[in-house]
Order: sequence, then structure tokens, then C-alpha cells
Amino acid sequence: MLKDHAKIIHAISVSGEVIGRKKLQKMIYIAKKMEFPFQERFQFHFYGPYSEELTLRVEELCNMGFLDEVKEKKGGYYQYRYTLTEAGQEFLGETSIEMPCLGDCLTDINEQNARFLELVSTVLYFDNLPEAEVREKIQTVKKSQKYTDEEIDEAYAYIASLKTKSRQFA
Amino acid sequence: MGYSEEKLLEEKVFKDPVHRYVHVRDRVIWDLIGTKEFQRLRRIKQLGTTYLTFHGAEHSRFNHSLGVYEITRRIVDNAFASRPEWNEGERLLSLCAALLHDLGHGPFSHSFEKVFDLDHEDFTREIILGDTEVNQVLSRVAPDFPKKVAEVIEKTYENKLVISLISSQIDADRMDYLQRDAYFTGVSYGHFDMERILRVMRPREDQVVIKQSGMHAVEDYIMSRYQMYWQVYFHPVTRSAEVILTKILHRAKHLHEQNYTFKHKPHHFYSIFEDRMTLQDYLKLDEAVFLYYFQIWEEEEDQILSDLCTRFNNRNLFKYVEFDPAKEYKKLAKLSVLFEQAGLEPEYYLVVDSSSDLPYDFYRPGEEEERLPIHLLKKNGEIRELSRESEIVDAISGKRRTDHKLYYPADFLEKEKARPEIEQIAQILELNLDNGTI
Repeated sequence: MLKDHAKIIHAISVSGEVIGRKKLQKMIYIAKKMEFPFQERFQFHFYGPYSEELTLRVEELCNMGFLDEVKEKKGGYYQYRYTLTEAGQEFLGETSIEMPCLGDCLTDINEQNARFLELVSTVLYFDNLPEAEVREKIQTVKKSQKYTDEEIDEAYAYIASLKTKSRQFA
Repeated sequence: MGYSEEKLLEEKVFKDPVHRYVHVRDRVIWDLIGTKEFQRLRRIKQLGTTYLTFHGAEHSRFNHSLGVYEITRRIVDNAFASRPEWNEGERLLSLCAALLHDLGHGPFSHSFEKVFDLDHEDFTREIILGDTEVNQVLSRVAPDFPKKVAEVIEKTYENKLVISLISSQIDADRMDYLQRDAYFTGVSYGHFDMERILRVMRPREDQVVIKQSGMHAVEDYIMSRYQMYWQVYFHPVTRSAEVILTKILHRAKHLHEQNYTFKHKPHHFYSIFEDRMTLQDYLKLDEAVFLYYFQIWEEEEDQILSDLCTRFNNRNLFKYVEFDPAKEYKKLAKLSVLFEQAGLEPEYYLVVDSSSDLPYDFYRPGEEEERLPIHLLKKNGEIRELSRESEIVDAISGKRRTDHKLYYPADFLEKEKARPEIEQIAQILELNLDNGTI
């Protein structure tokens, strides 16, 4: 029961603190693409893969008092920080969520900047296409970000390293 | 004249209770409507199990798809026509994508997709690109045309303005379903001045913006969305029906995995149960097929499957209590044990349902660029996010309201109330089993 909620709490718990809603979206999406069993459905939106279900679930967890959300002004816009509360910790202790390599992966993803994660998640979104087509697609759907070939190479290398990391205990 | 520009000799019209008429002049649109994949949408209800709560809600995805097409047609042929920001060459693409945007929906798709981990968007793509009548029609326009239509629906097409016509926070899809669902459910929410909104829509490079003078019409649309969410889409009785439907599908799948011998072989489900479903298998599924199985499964030996199907068919749904997971999750563990002792498998008979389980959403100002918000175009050319200009929108988009309910079979508890564990269950759930009102 409430397994899907517990998985999100677990993800934030192993990440320590997540700064930014957009970052949280990308982290869970990338982890899902690494075959961690998150149930949230993602669709491609203006800024890349996005899950309304995840947004709602995080809202629910804040209302339950399991997550702490701090809204802070940053330049011309607002940013949100998420951490686990004591109640959330206690709840997590009652559940049996086991995702052994998730901590390693999410800590790594959490250290990357938002622009790079946007690219990584976009590459993963199109992973059913051949690489040449993915590269073309990125220049179309992410025109304004002006990603270079080197950055895309880096994204591919990063995905490969994450895949290894996510399967080290498999 | 090429196929893409071909017009019908006489305009065809569909009488429509929401838009009065749906007008078709383009040969391509007429041919698409006639394909078997599009006709299949007549057999898939727009609101799934909502008809068990609002008996009028029997309208189909076919009705809705025509409605989305009609709204898009009015935008591109009236609101956008001859505006320099609009590329007339995208007209047919926009209309086809609007018409076909829901093509991949399956029967009772919300529950169905959840149980079998499917996504209707994948099937929409497969139908458009695969060996189908829809693909044949689209390919006659141009060999790369099916791909473009699929990209618009998947929101990965290069022209974001075209995407925003059918997928944004104020789009033809939402404008149709809010009004149509209000009409068929009979509720008095969901109405707004769409004609006014269409008149104040302006094309911009990446999205549709709204002239500031139309802000009040948009406020009304946002309020409709908010009220429909709580009054119709998230109605607790509909959620009860969805819970039972989900459990039926889970149970049938589980039985198949346990090599249970069904009295009546569920041929339509084998490929889904075994994770080898082809597009052709998928297209054979509709709500009539599901309801047929639900009826014959009433006669199955398996008590759980038979009971759940009987409940669904006869609308003998689960009752609910409000549930606060933060304070009550420990209670849930206790209840699970008691349910098991009472002979009810908690996996099927004690279910928490949360607002995040729903496919509908509220307006979000997109403070961190998660989603593109609605933008107002001010007189000086400046563009501002809606909730920064509208106090009404700001008031409802800033509030977080979530909801959880715990569903259980009240009739069973009533019938078995003499058992000591049922007494304990009633105490925990704070039910009065003596006055027959649960």
C-alpha cells in the first residue's frame, strides 16, 4: 500500500536534498529509464519529459508531512527544495522498498546540472531511435538550448556509466 | 490538385450537441474518419466508468475526437487565418493531429494501462505509423506525413505552435472535453465562453498566447477545469468503480499466471497476460469485449474474480472512508490482517486511492519551467504568465489540495458483522454496522 509514494520518499531520502522541481522530474525519469521500478508516467513536454503524476505525488507527500518543501526566490523565479521529514523517515522504515543501486545513481544524477540533465533525459526519451536520428531530434526539439556534439557525446557516455552503476548488484 | 488539398464536392456536417456542427471539407479528414481504427473509438467511452456515477456519461472518444478537430479547425481557419505568424502549410497537419490525438486509447484505458503497464500514446504512434487504414490515408498526403502527425501528437514536432493547439494548458483537447463532459454528465460546471477565447488567441513562435482583454474568459475556463476535476473526474463513486475494474484485471492476470483454468477461455486477453500483444490484438479490444468477459467471469469458480465482476456489472461498488496516510498508515497494516482473518484478501478488498492516480490535472503556472504556462499578451507586446495577472487563477493554482480514500466492501462487513474481527474492523474504520447506513 502506498508503494508508489514510498518509492519517491526513498528516492529523496537517498539523494539527501533535491533542489528544483525540474531536477526532481529529471532524476526520477532517468532512474526509471535505468529500469528502477517507478510507476509514474512521463510525456514529452515543452521542457522535456515530465510527469504530472509525479508532481501530484510530491504534492501529496508534502501535504502528508513526509516531505519538506521550501520555496525560495532565485533571481527572477522561484525554486523549491525537497528533503525528507522525520515522519517521512519513520514511514519509510515501515515499508520494504528495496532498490539497491538507486542511491549511487541518484547521488550521481543529483550532482549534474539542470541543462545537462535536460539533455540526458531527452536522449533517453528517444532511445528507440538510431543515434543519428536522436542527434537530429535534439537539435529540433531543443533548438534554443544549442547543444553541441560534444555535449551529446558526453550525455551518451554518462548514460552508459549510469547503466553500469544501476546494474552493479544485478 | 494533390490529395492534401482535395476538397469534398459538398461540405459534410456532423450534428454535435456541444459545437452544434462539426464541418468537414477536406477529403483527407473525411477519409480518416471512415477508417476502421477511427471508427473503433465509437466503442470506447470518453469517461470510462463515470457512467456509473453520472448516467449520461456514455459519450465516446469518437465524439470527443471530432470535437477537438472542430475546435482546431475554427482556430486555424478563423482565428489564425492570414496572420503572419501562422504557416498555412501546417493547417492539414494540425487538423489530422487533432482528429487522431486519442486514437490509441484502449477500453477503460486508465485502469487498463495501469494494470498492464501500457501507454495509449505508444499505440497512437503505432496505429499512425503501422500497417493500418489510417496510415494508408496519411501516406497518400506525403510519405513523411504520418511521421509528422505522430510527432505533433507526441509533442516532439519542430513547430511548437502546432503542438500547443492540441497539447498545452489551454488547447483544443481540454476545451472540448470540459464542455463535452459537462454536457453529458449534466453538471452545471465546465461551461465557459469558448468563442471568446478563440477570438483572443494569437499565434506566436512557440505557443498560442491570449490577448489580455480575454483574460476573464480564460479565468472562467480555469475555474471550469478546477470544478470539473473535483466534481466529475475525481468523484469518489467513479473512483470506486475504477478500483474494482483495476482489481478485476489484476485478478484475471494473476489467475492466468497461476495456470488457473478459466471456464470460458479469455482469448482476447492471452497476449496481454503474456506480454506479447501486437497492434492487431490491441485493436480488437474495446469496451464491449471487456464487458462481455466481465459478464461471463461472474460464473467463474474463482470467488474473487466472480465477486468483483458481479459487483462491477451490478454497480454494487465499494464504500469508502476518508483516509489520511500520514496519520493512519499504521492502521492500514492492522486492517490488512483483520481483513485476511475475515476471509477477504486485502490486496483486492482494501484499497487506498489517491488523487495522484488520476489522469486529469490542474492549471500550473510552471514556476520552474516544468510545464509551459498560459501566457497573456499585453497591449505593449509584453508577455506575462496568467496567474501573475489574475488573482482568481493565482488563488486556485497556488493551493495544494490532495485527497485519499480507503475503499472496502461495506455489504460484506454488514453481512458478517457477528464475526469478532469484523467488529474490530468497524471500530477502526469508525463504522456503525447496526444502523444499516454504511
